[in-house]
Amino acid sequence: MLKPIKLVPDNTNIRFMPWSRVAIIASTIAILVSIAGAVMLGLNFGIDFKGGTLIEIRTEGPANITELRKKIGKLGLGSFELQEFGDPRDILIRFETQPGGEKAQQNAINRVKAALGDKVDYRRVEVVGPKVSGELTKDGIIAVVVALLGVMIYIWFRFEWQFALGAVASLTHDVLLTIGLFAFTRMEFNLSIIAAILTIVGYSLNDTVVVYDRIRENMRRYKKKPLPELIDLSLNQMLSRTILTSLSTLAALLSLYFFGGEVIRGFTFTMIWGVLVGTYSSIFIAAPILIWLGAKLIPTDEEGKAAEVEAARP
Amino acid sequence: MFRLSLWKTLSILGIVFLGFLFALPNVLPDSVLKQMPSFLPNKRVVLGLDLQGGSHLLWEVDKQALIRTLTQQLRGDVRQNLWNENKIRHTISVRKDGALVVTITDPDKVEKAAEILKKLSQPVQVGLFGTGGTAKEIEIAREGNRFILRYSQAGLDARIRRAVEQAIEVIRRRLDELGMTEATIQQQGPERIIVQAPGMKDPATLKKAVGQTARLTFQLLCEAQPTGQPGERVPAGCAEMPDAKNPAMKYWVQTSRRATVEGADLVDAQPAFDSRTGEPIVTFRFNQKGALRFGKLTQKNVGKPFAIVLDGKVVSAPVIQTPILGGSGQISGRFTVEETKLLAIILRSGALPAKLTIVEERTVGPSLGSDSIRAGVMASVIGLVAVLAFMIFTYGFFGIIADIALIANLGMLVGLLTAFQATLTLPGIAGIVLTLGMAVDSNVLVFERIREELRAGRSVLNALETGFSRAFGTILDANITTLIAAVVLYGLGSGPVRGFAVTLGIGIITTVFTAYTLTRLIVAFWVTTARPKTIPI
Repeated sequence: MLKPIKLVPDNTNIRFMPWSRVAIIASTIAILVSIAGAVMLGLNFGIDFKGGTLIEIRTEGPANITELRKKIGKLGLGSFELQEFGDPRDILIRFETQPGGEKAQQNAINRVKAALGDKVDYRRVEVVGPKVSGELTKDGIIAVVVALLGVMIYIWFRFEWQFALGAVASLTHDVLLTIGLFAFTRMEFNLSIIAAILTIVGYSLNDTVVVYDRIRENMRRYKKKPLPELIDLSLNQMLSRTILTSLSTLAALLSLYFFGGEVIRGFTFTMIWGVLVGTYSSIFIAAPILIWLGAKLIPTDEEGKAAEVEAARP
Repeated sequence: MFRLSLWKTLSILGIVFLGFLFALPNVLPDSVLKQMPSFLPNKRVVLGLDLQGGSHLLWEVDKQALIRTLTQQLRGDVRQNLWNENKIRHTISVRKDGALVVTITDPDKVEKAAEILKKLSQPVQVGLFGTGGTAKEIEIAREGNRFILRYSQAGLDARIRRAVEQAIEVIRRRLDELGMTEATIQQQGPERIIVQAPGMKDPATLKKAVGQTARLTFQLLCEAQPTGQPGERVPAGCAEMPDAKNPAMKYWVQTSRRATVEGADLVDAQPAFDSRTGEPIVTFRFNQKGALRFGKLTQKNVGKPFAIVLDGKVVSAPVIQTPILGGSGQISGRFTVEETKLLAIILRSGALPAKLTIVEERTVGPSLGSDSIRAGVMASVIGLVAVLAFMIFTYGFFGIIADIALIANLGMLVGLLTAFQATLTLPGIAGIVLTLGMAVDSNVLVFERIREELRAGRSVLNALETGFSRAFGTILDANITTLIAAVVLYGLGSGPVRGFAVTLGIGIITTVFTAYTLTRLIVAFWVTTARPKTIPI
């Protein structure tokens, strides 16, 4: 019979809550730095949100970026970027929306193709007009907000309002830190990153809900235990699960990151970051907020009077 | 709880089996797939354009151009009704905002004119399926003997709606004729059309075939022609139009209705070669009405030059040698053979009701597509193996149970994607791999719970039972929240991102199903056959 291995020993009892104050201060600073970074540095928006043209090419040998830059610079396409894309032969060319409507965009593509010659394999061409990019930006923001609201309502419905607020606070924390990551690393922020952020919201929430579920169960069981101790107990009980699930999700994500190709690398990187931040936030943000908001159970019928007496106590 | 009735057991296994059955064609080679009996599912999952390569083009009706065309038509209608039919003298001017100002110069006929103009405005339905009642298509404001006519918002919306519907029909005809039968054409929103064509290396032909308005007219040239000297003015009743091949060269073309024959009356167009010069040309044939008008125009103007105008550009300007009474003719314009083929198809399929412009384009070449498939498959296999190994490493025997459930989960996920013919994109593959990683969570929750219950001193059976039943509420809560995110993502998404939302969402459903049914079934089977005294967890 195969022997199972316990990554987290039985009866682990880590005191999380005494550290929560430090964690929340650290997180608040990180959030402020992220917001400052996003405001001051801005994000490196991809063409989905900025509009413009992206061309991915594969050259025959390793690409000579300096020469390519010279060739494309002569065309006068305004500001443009060249970037190696996963392989020395693969180059991304991005340039801004050309003045003069749709024809001008198509012209610019044709001129780039003429300048680079036909020995180049055009692997991808994307053009996003200014109107569409505006809509994508709006839709992206709406999606994140709607997802947060939807989740808040669901948790409010299933738990109490303190839980809903705690969950949304920790999700907002995750989203803001992710945006901060993009402000400082200058990685391209495109539509797939919005997808990654929404998935992080889903994942982090998954983690938070599992912890909340146990806190609620323990609230019913140990009616007299002070909340900080009770939360610590719940976190320790779920610690093994939290770590196992994070590790297996990370295993899948790392496989995607290393083998899934360059196109989704930004997406997987964001997800890996999200799993780490989301796991952290459900322990150190979502849980302690319950203490601050003074979470208590509103007794259900089956729980009878005992809980009511408990709740009435100062 | 571990005594599952036979029919329950069979239906659980049946559902898993069905999932695998639908997933199977994806891994079978073509030769085997062809020989399979037809009652078995034989469809493969649909690959998105980012995996098989192809073009996604989002077109938008050019509203400004449509309004201009509509205003011109309205102007013609007003003139026809007031002057040609009722001899009411008037002047018409077009305001900057597109409104027509009609001034009646016959003081005693103003009331009559008001009545006639009123009839021009057709009622249109407002809102979807006419739920908002009807509104006037054209709003008429009167200031003494002046009438200001303009399209109402509802009227404009109705026109755009009709234009989009017609455009979709025209595009479908064109692409069918070009043999691009795999292309899909869809309306998006009130004024946009998505055209997706798989397997295109260069979308230039596609763009031309879809985007060319193809409004063909035959118009007489003006007496005076531009000489290129500065300060020249286009004569009254004429318009300046560039040459199709050489935009620097201009023609002055008569714009009056008398001097114009519309190409809308074409019934056929074919690519051909000129019998004398061998030059590639397009021959065409008019319907009866068109033939009559064309005959009249050419009869009256023998010896004069006329212009063949395509989308505002002069293709050629031959001199009328003899009256053309048979209703057929030819267009020459220094074309290549390819150009005449495409032009013939476009003319045959009819003109677009409005100008379309590309607002978004995403083209993936076949080399990137196949690279993406390879990378996606590689990442899936390695991810799957890593997760499987990880589960055995941490849970031993129970890890194997979780792994069986995971593989069943993957089979059903792919089976459902195939059965629904959902589009699989590269982010969709990422969604599958992510589902693999997150799906074990439900098993982990159950197993951890069983460990706890054992520690709390419960008996083997009791611990297993409470483990499953108590963990299930948590599993449901945790997965529904992820499902909310997936649904929102689906609503937001286009193309690849939507593909991700689909696999994530279906993955959640199969995950909850396997956790609740299959894992339990396997554990039940183990408990009843091995009658364990301890649980190796």
